[in-house]
Amino acid sequence: MSTLAVHDHAGTHHDEHGHEHHHDQSFLSKYVFSMDHKMIAKQFLITGITMAVIAMILSILFRIQLAYPDKTFPLLTTLLGRFAPNGRISPDFYLALVTIHGTIMVFFVLTAGLSGTFANLLIPLQVGARDMASPFMNMLSYWFFFLASVIMLSSFFVQKGPASGGWTIYPPLSALPKAMPGSGEGMTLWLISMVLFVASSLMGGINYVSTVLNMRTKGMDLWKMPLTIWALFLTAILGILAFPVLVAGVVLLIFDRSVGTSFYLSDIVLNGVQQPFEGGSPILFQHLFWFLGHPEVYIVIMPAMGISSEIMSVNSRKPIFGYHAMVYSLIGITVLSFIVWGHHMFVTGMNPFLGGVFMITTLIIAVPSAVKTFNWLATLWRGNIRFTPAMLFAIGMVSFFISGGLTGIFLGNAALDINLHDTYFVVAHFHLVMGSAAIFGMLAGVYHWFPKMFGRMMDEKLGYLHFWLTFICAYLVFFPMHFMGLDGVPRRYYAFTEFASMQKWLTINTFVTWAAIIAALTQFGFLYNFFVSIFKGRKATQNPWESNTLEWTTPVEHLHGNWPGEIPTVYRWPYDYSKPGAEEDYIPQTVPYSQTMSSNVPHDFEDNPVGLEELNKFTSTLKANEQVK
Amino acid sequence: MGFRKLINSKKLLSFFAAFMLLGTNLLMAQTAAAGAAQEEAPKVDWTGVAYYVAIFFLICLGIAIVGKILKIYDLTLKMQGKKGIKWNNIMAVICIIFLLAGLYGSYWSFTEQGSMTLPEAASAHGVKIDEMFTVTTVLTMIVFFVTQILLFTFLFRYRHSDKRRAHFLPHNNTIEKVWTIAPAIVLTILVVFGFFTWQKIMNSENLKDDINIDVTGHQFAWELRYPGKDGVLGPKDFRLVTGANNLGVNFKKKSSFDDLKVDTMYLPVNKSIRLNILAQDVIHSVYMPHFRVQLNAVPGLPTFFKFTPTITTAQMRTKLDDPKFEYTLYCNKICGGSHYNMQKVVRVVTEAEYQSWLSRQKPYLNDALRKELHFAAANSEQSGASTNRIALNN
Repeated sequence: MSTLAVHDHAGTHHDEHGHEHHHDQSFLSKYVFSMDHKMIAKQFLITGITMAVIAMILSILFRIQLAYPDKTFPLLTTLLGRFAPNGRISPDFYLALVTIHGTIMVFFVLTAGLSGTFANLLIPLQVGARDMASPFMNMLSYWFFFLASVIMLSSFFVQKGPASGGWTIYPPLSALPKAMPGSGEGMTLWLISMVLFVASSLMGGINYVSTVLNMRTKGMDLWKMPLTIWALFLTAILGILAFPVLVAGVVLLIFDRSVGTSFYLSDIVLNGVQQPFEGGSPILFQHLFWFLGHPEVYIVIMPAMGISSEIMSVNSRKPIFGYHAMVYSLIGITVLSFIVWGHHMFVTGMNPFLGGVFMITTLIIAVPSAVKTFNWLATLWRGNIRFTPAMLFAIGMVSFFISGGLTGIFLGNAALDINLHDTYFVVAHFHLVMGSAAIFGMLAGVYHWFPKMFGRMMDEKLGYLHFWLTFICAYLVFFPMHFMGLDGVPRRYYAFTEFASMQKWLTINTFVTWAAIIAALTQFGFLYNFFVSIFKGRKATQNPWESNTLEWTTPVEHLHGNWPGEIPTVYRWPYDYSKPGAEEDYIPQTVPYSQTMSSNVPHDFEDNPVGLEELNKFTSTLKANEQVK
Repeated sequence: MGFRKLINSKKLLSFFAAFMLLGTNLLMAQTAAAGAAQEEAPKVDWTGVAYYVAIFFLICLGIAIVGKILKIYDLTLKMQGKKGIKWNNIMAVICIIFLLAGLYGSYWSFTEQGSMTLPEAASAHGVKIDEMFTVTTVLTMIVFFVTQILLFTFLFRYRHSDKRRAHFLPHNNTIEKVWTIAPAIVLTILVVFGFFTWQKIMNSENLKDDINIDVTGHQFAWELRYPGKDGVLGPKDFRLVTGANNLGVNFKKKSSFDDLKVDTMYLPVNKSIRLNILAQDVIHSVYMPHFRVQLNAVPGLPTFFKFTPTITTAQMRTKLDDPKFEYTLYCNKICGGSHYNMQKVVRVVTEAEYQSWLSRQKPYLNDALRKELHFAAANSEQSGASTNRIALNN
């Protein structure tokens, strides 16, 4: 099978006059090793969804253990073999389940699945570029991600199972191959997978930053970029600066595991045998890990913030409130996120003074977060709100962000963290603020840009059902966990009923598990809707949501190069919704001010040379015409 | 595949019927086999699985039927020249119902599950933490309820209408300044209080009457060592670890001779305790939630936490009306398969009870260790020379 496509030569094809020529594309070059950013976005999305389903199933497995810690399920032995002898998941495999669930969700779904999909799809389309700065590197970015995913999953098939030291892989558990079953080959595969993953993230990130900085269309200055682009751009910068530190940490860890160095190890007696390590510190790894790890949570949430901002503006038919403040708060979060990592280490024995400093920086980051929340609320105020599934998920994201964000204030306070650290309170907090909120941001994006990706619409009613069931179940799952944490129930406990004081939580744990199971089953409804709609969904119009941004000016049918002719010029910001005096309640970015004289306001031309030039031209033409008359 | 096709699909129905039959067959086979060989590995109860899968499909079918009915109703309305089901309004109404149910649910959760959380702090510094917690809870919960109420009320109040246009309001500098400065002030208050509370809790000043206790974590137990009559714990070195000297106590120092090895952690009430926290293999974490105490046990990096217990076990039993209540020490850092059960009982007692208990404890330097040390003394040169410094960074 071959199709006609537009392909551009590197170096010449990204200006609006760049030449294009057509040549045949094979199935492989179009669907597999594609260099088209839109196809790569779909590849990231579908791989991300696959990984999310796997991670979700893993979570249901360990939730069953938590709900029924004393019961046996022969089916588990059939499904999991040696990992669940006698109908019960083994304690070691339980830890492997939580480890791989966390790893997949944080890195493979919420980092690659979210950023990879929407940065690839939206950056060229919304800034007005024909493709990424380096399409080949972009393709490599996906394939490195795919390879990392395969290696991570393959660890289930090594003898002792996958890594089980928690998604943070703290040494010495990760550095001593004999420390536990999950410290062996499974951990080696985790490390290899992560190095490939970081390579993928870097290739992607460099492309996103270069494209945003260099390839914006005429008129698209930084202050006219949609908030999605700002969020994805700053996320890419975060990734580029933070991920290499993780690689450095991982490389040293590999040395400790294999070469006999002692970067992270000292004074160790394992199974009664003294180990030849001296002078290292496990805390060093934690510093390196969290130098990435904390920015990572913003890498996860910032794209969701950008997507939600965009969708809320479109569907409330209002400009996003405080666009500049939204951008500055994103920049603030980006900068501050690099100096808060120590709050993960308040109880490691780190110098208490340092703990105090990290507490201050951590709580400061709540200010830009609060600004964002209030601006979202102000965006809804006096709006004309359309409840598309995307809008509902964006609202869900805001609700989760509020709930989860506020509990972060407890954990950011070093004194309170003494009692809350590593309890279910933390699990509840981050699952709301970066788990549920980010997933909802991602789902909002999928529903909103599905017509752009596949040229068809998803079923709205199923979308509503998907939203409400998931939204309610997510609260039912995570809200009670706060109280378990406040009772001092530690996270990652295989059988908490071993402690007399914790047995009272059994009913809650069973309830939470069933809520999680319903939420998980609901996702199969989404998958049905997603995959069936790709082929059978109602055909999309060019701009189904009546949105202002550039991506809706491209044809419904995909074209490598995005626009058939010249790339459109941008005249205005992306949020001119319900402007008084305008005929429609939206004015796309490509509409010149000369065509909207009745709705123009002086503010439109502040710091806007293109708009001003265009308006002057129009005014002089008007004057000339009058003179002729 | 549309719903109609899905529901009418003969293949699907056949598959479903076969699945159910298979479940029945397996059930019979299992019943027969159960009498024959009970010791065999447990078999899958496919009937149970089939039952749940059947319920799932029935629910899906129910949803599909309701969907169909709604669609027909919608089409009928449209045929009558009406606008059809106003899904937008329905979503707005569900938003307000969710808000009301959510508010009640939160209230219920706070009262029911909130009452199941930890009792009052049983340590002096814990009271400060609890005060900080109360202040933070009040402030954050005000913001939580106000913002969630605004969010869902706006959704209901400003739902789409063809008759009006949204209000064009791109920004308002005054409002934006207010909601930047207001959270900044609130957070400053929390930061200042938090910082000073933290500094007080982490005060590491050594007092003469501090009771030093060594807590050493290893897979999967806690080892406790108390000082003897001299009140001083002898030094330790991981290179001295042997079968009998499993903590590697250095018996070249006299202060080690009277150290005590104990099973249960006894603490005298209202005395300053200094827990010296160590780990031998991987990271563990000493967590005593009733005392608001937590600090990691890191190999190669001894840490310590100072606190003063204020409520005895007996008093807490009375307060909680639970005669079996015990304070417990958990491991709160993932450390391996049995991490979940690495516990130690902690008892807070009066000074007299403590002294009485202490006098009954056995010394760490037991007969087996004496014998081994005598043996080890002959080879001290060899054991001391095992400084295998492979590290590149030291």
